[in-house]
Formats: sequence, structure tokens, C-alpha cells
Amino acid sequence: MSALLSLTRVSKRFRGLVAVDAVSFDVPEGVIFAVIGPNGAGKTTLFNMIAGAMAPDDGAIAFAGERISGLTSDAVCRRGVARTFQLVRPFPALSVEDNVIVGALLHHRDVGAARERALAVLRRLELFDKRNQIASTLTLPDRKRLEVARALATKPKLLLLDEVMAGLRPTETDRMVATLREINRDSGLTILLIEHVMRAVMALAARVLVLDHGVAIAAGTPEDVVRDPAVVRSYLGAEAL
Amino acid sequence: MNATWLEGLSPRHMIFLGVVLAALLIAPWLVNDYLLTVLIVILYFAYTGQAWNIMMGFAGQLSLGHAIYAGLGGYVAAVLFTRYGVGPWLGFLVAMPVCAACGAVIGFLAFRFGVSGVYFAILTIAFAEFARIGFDHLDFVNASAGLFLPVKQYAYNDLWRLRGSPRMFYYVILAATVFALILSRLLLRSRIGYFWLAIREDEPAARAAGIDTFRYKMYAVMISAAVTSFAGVFYAFFYNNLFPEQVFSISRSIEMILGPVIGGVGTLFGPIVGAFVLTGLAESVTSAMSAFGFDLPGAKQIFYGICLLLVVVALPEGIWPWLARRLGLGERGQ
Repeated sequence: MSALLSLTRVSKRFRGLVAVDAVSFDVPEGVIFAVIGPNGAGKTTLFNMIAGAMAPDDGAIAFAGERISGLTSDAVCRRGVARTFQLVRPFPALSVEDNVIVGALLHHRDVGAARERALAVLRRLELFDKRNQIASTLTLPDRKRLEVARALATKPKLLLLDEVMAGLRPTETDRMVATLREINRDSGLTILLIEHVMRAVMALAARVLVLDHGVAIAAGTPEDVVRDPAVVRSYLGAEAL
Repeated sequence: MNATWLEGLSPRHMIFLGVVLAALLIAPWLVNDYLLTVLIVILYFAYTGQAWNIMMGFAGQLSLGHAIYAGLGGYVAAVLFTRYGVGPWLGFLVAMPVCAACGAVIGFLAFRFGVSGVYFAILTIAFAEFARIGFDHLDFVNASAGLFLPVKQYAYNDLWRLRGSPRMFYYVILAATVFALILSRLLLRSRIGYFWLAIREDEPAARAAGIDTFRYKMYAVMISAAVTSFAGVFYAFFYNNLFPEQVFSISRSIEMILGPVIGGVGTLFGPIVGAFVLTGLAESVTSAMSAFGFDLPGAKQIFYGICLLLVVVALPEGIWPWLARRLGLGERGQ
């Protein structure tokens, strides 16, 4: 198992605040990798640096052996890293189908071929029946699924999910977990997710990294990490023991 | 080609388009000279409205200085004609890249340095104003005295040199309007059109989907400018005079965008419907007021303004989306 994504001592400062402090980790190809931590731990900053939305102040991010830190977000996506947004941002006035076609057009020059790809992705995300609906009229769970669909349509090698379970009811969370698991199993797609919902993390992730105040305080399998005293103290709380 | 630009249209659409086109084709043989001129003005604004709509309606980039492209296009063709005897169509072939390049300069300055939204709109006004003041002092084009094209009675219509009767001009601008409609539809249904809509809807999300937004915004400005340039060439040869104070004025830019705004920004047919409603309304207000012998200065403008206000309040999406639903012509994604 070689590392698909590799971070080496990545740091980001906002004025005096160190949001991410020399974080290093490797995401092996084909796994589901979770980054957890309390609010303000630097998860989203870390995520934005990987996706190209901001450049790290120090350190390097490599994807498939190529340095991607400092590239713009569209360039990162063209190299095979697709993301969703924590606060969902589908293209509101476009139909569900057209939203996903936009993603599929990244690697298809022909609109017809892109539409076929989009419809296949929509079936997988169980949005096929809603394909003609305008995106802004969807419910939150469906908008979250639409974000995943649009990202998947770009044929990524790595899918970045920013709190894709946040705001979902437990049944909807389970449905999303099942879908992501299926995608990972069938296509071997590597997934990096930032997540608060421990139930989803425990069910999905093969590897977990815990951030606290911008520092990586633990890493390992979900079972190891939840028993780590440092993690319990800073994040999960004593009652989780 | 046929299959591509008609693809996805229902029989109902075809009938609607056929009826409208047939009516427009026979119109010049049924109306008097005055109404023919009104129709030419309507189609002129339908054309420029569509050109502007490519940039704002599709790609979401607000230009409030679109007169610059029409003015520049008109001046390029007029100078080539009066000084070097180059005909309007060849002149257009020069005006088009000149306007596209002008759009590229404005677009580059804005998009490279992250100028967007209302600030971008202000930049477009600034450039149109530069052009107005610059041409006002440019002796090569007769500065503020204006540039005139030779006018004489023509025994026949010379389409190649665009000299002839209003009826010929009518068919030229009608053809241009139909061309712009087909071009808009093809663009909107292609890869570039999807990318423009994505940029219009949410630019950071478009970038996250891998779209090089700088490049596609540049395409939008350049294509819109190139299409607008023909309106300038047409204007120069129809009116036979160009004054910087008129062709580059901000009110000219506003006139261009009123049609699509009233008709429906981002829709294919909105700019055309808007042009008919606006010019039609202005003309009917004028004739209604003179019929009633009501002649207060400014009353016409106030009444016109109130009518526009009512349309905007009642139909914030524009007239066309509402009209299309009424006619059962709602096109998906429109």
C-alpha cells in the first residue's frame, strides 16, 4: 500500500494563531481515512489546504507523488482530488442532473457522454428520481448527496468529504455511510473525511487522525484512537470511556 | 448542425418559433416607414441584449459598459469605410477581434486581480467612459464633431456595402438576431455553457469542480464583446453618424441591458421579448399621449418608468419565464 496523499509538516497560521501545526500523515490508496477533533482543531483549515482553497505556510502536500500544495483548487481537482463543502454549495438554480453534468464535464468534452456519466452517478447516490428537480428545492440530506454526486462525477482518485454527515438524522447518516462504503468497496476510491459524527467514523474509517489545537495528537485504527487517553481528554470526554 | 441547434425542442417550440419568425419576415411589407424603423430599433436591442446576456445571463459577469464594444465596433468599421473604402463586412471582420481584444483586456485586469461583482461592473463603466472621453479628443475620428458616413440616394440595395433601404437593414438585423439566438442556444447547451452557469451560480464551487474559472470568464467577455461589435457596425451604417458622446454614453449601455433584464436574464428568449416590450411600450406611451393631447414634459418618461417598475415587481424573473409557462413552452434548465 503506497501513500496516495502525503502531508509533511504542514502548517497554517492566521496572524498569531497557529491553526495547523506541523501536521504529517499519509493516506494509503484505497482506504477511508477520517480526521476528527473538537471545534477549532484546524480540521477544515487542513482540508482547505489539501483541496487548494488555501496554501500552507510551511510543509508540503503530495498527491500521487506530485506536490500539490500551492496549486489552485481547480488545478487540484483536475489532478484527481474532489471535495464537498461543509456548508453545502450546489449550483442552486440548476437541476440536480445539470449540477452533476458540470462535474462530469471535467473529463468529458461531449455533453452527451457527461450526461450518461452523471446519470450513473445519480443512480448510485439514489438521486436519479430527483434529477429534474432544481437543486435549491432539495432537502438538506439530498443536497449533501448531490455534493457527493457532483464530486464523484469528476472521477476523482481521492474524495474529500467535509462533515458530510453534519445535520443528518441517524437513519440518513446510516444511508450515507452505506453509500460511501459501497463506493469505496466497488471502485477502490480513497476517501478522506472530516467528521464529527463518531457513529459514522467508527463505521467507516480504517484509519483515524485526531487533531487538537492544530496538532495531531493521535493516529491509528478507530478502536485504538477512542481508547487513547489524550483523545478522550481533549475530545470525546470522560463519559465515553 | 441542424440536429444540434434544434435538438431538445418540442413541436410546440417549433410552432412558436416558426410563427414568430414568419411574422417577422413578412412584417416589413405590412407596416409603414415609421413602424419599420421602430422594428429595426427593437431588433437592434434584441441583438445587443442577447450579446450582453452571454456575459451576464450565462456567466454571471455584470457589464454596465457594453456600449464600449458597440461604439468601438462602429468606429472601426466606419473609419475603414470612410478612409480606406473597406466595406462593412470586411470592417466587421476587423472590428470583431478588436472588440474581443478590448474585452480581453478588461476581463484580464478584473479576473486576474480578483475584481468581481459590483466592482467588476464599475470597471466596465470606467472603460466605457475612457473610450467616450478618448474618442471625444481623437482627431483621427473627428473627435467630438462626429464621424459621418456618406449618404446619398441609392437606386438599389447594396447588401455588400450596406447602403440601401430600411427594409434591407431590417432583414440584416433580423438575420443577426436569429444568428445570436442560435449561437446562444448552442453555447448554453455545450460544455462552455455548463461551466458558465456553474460560475454564475457559485464560483468557488465551480473551481472545486475543476473549472478554470479565469479562462471561462475570459471566454464569456470576449465572445460577448465580439457579438456586440456587429451591432456597432450595423448602427454606424444605419444611422450614418457616430458621436462619442452618444455611442459610448452610459445611458446607451443601460438601454442595452434593460431588454434582457425585463425579458429574463439568462434565458434565451428573454432579451428578444424584453426588447419588444420596452420599445413597444415606449412607442405606445408616446402615441397614446399624443392621441389624448396630453403633452406634459417628462410625463412620458415617468409613465414609462412606472410601467417598468410594475413589470419588475410583478415578474422579478422577467417576462419570458412567465410567458413561456403560459404558452406551455418551459424549456428544461431555463
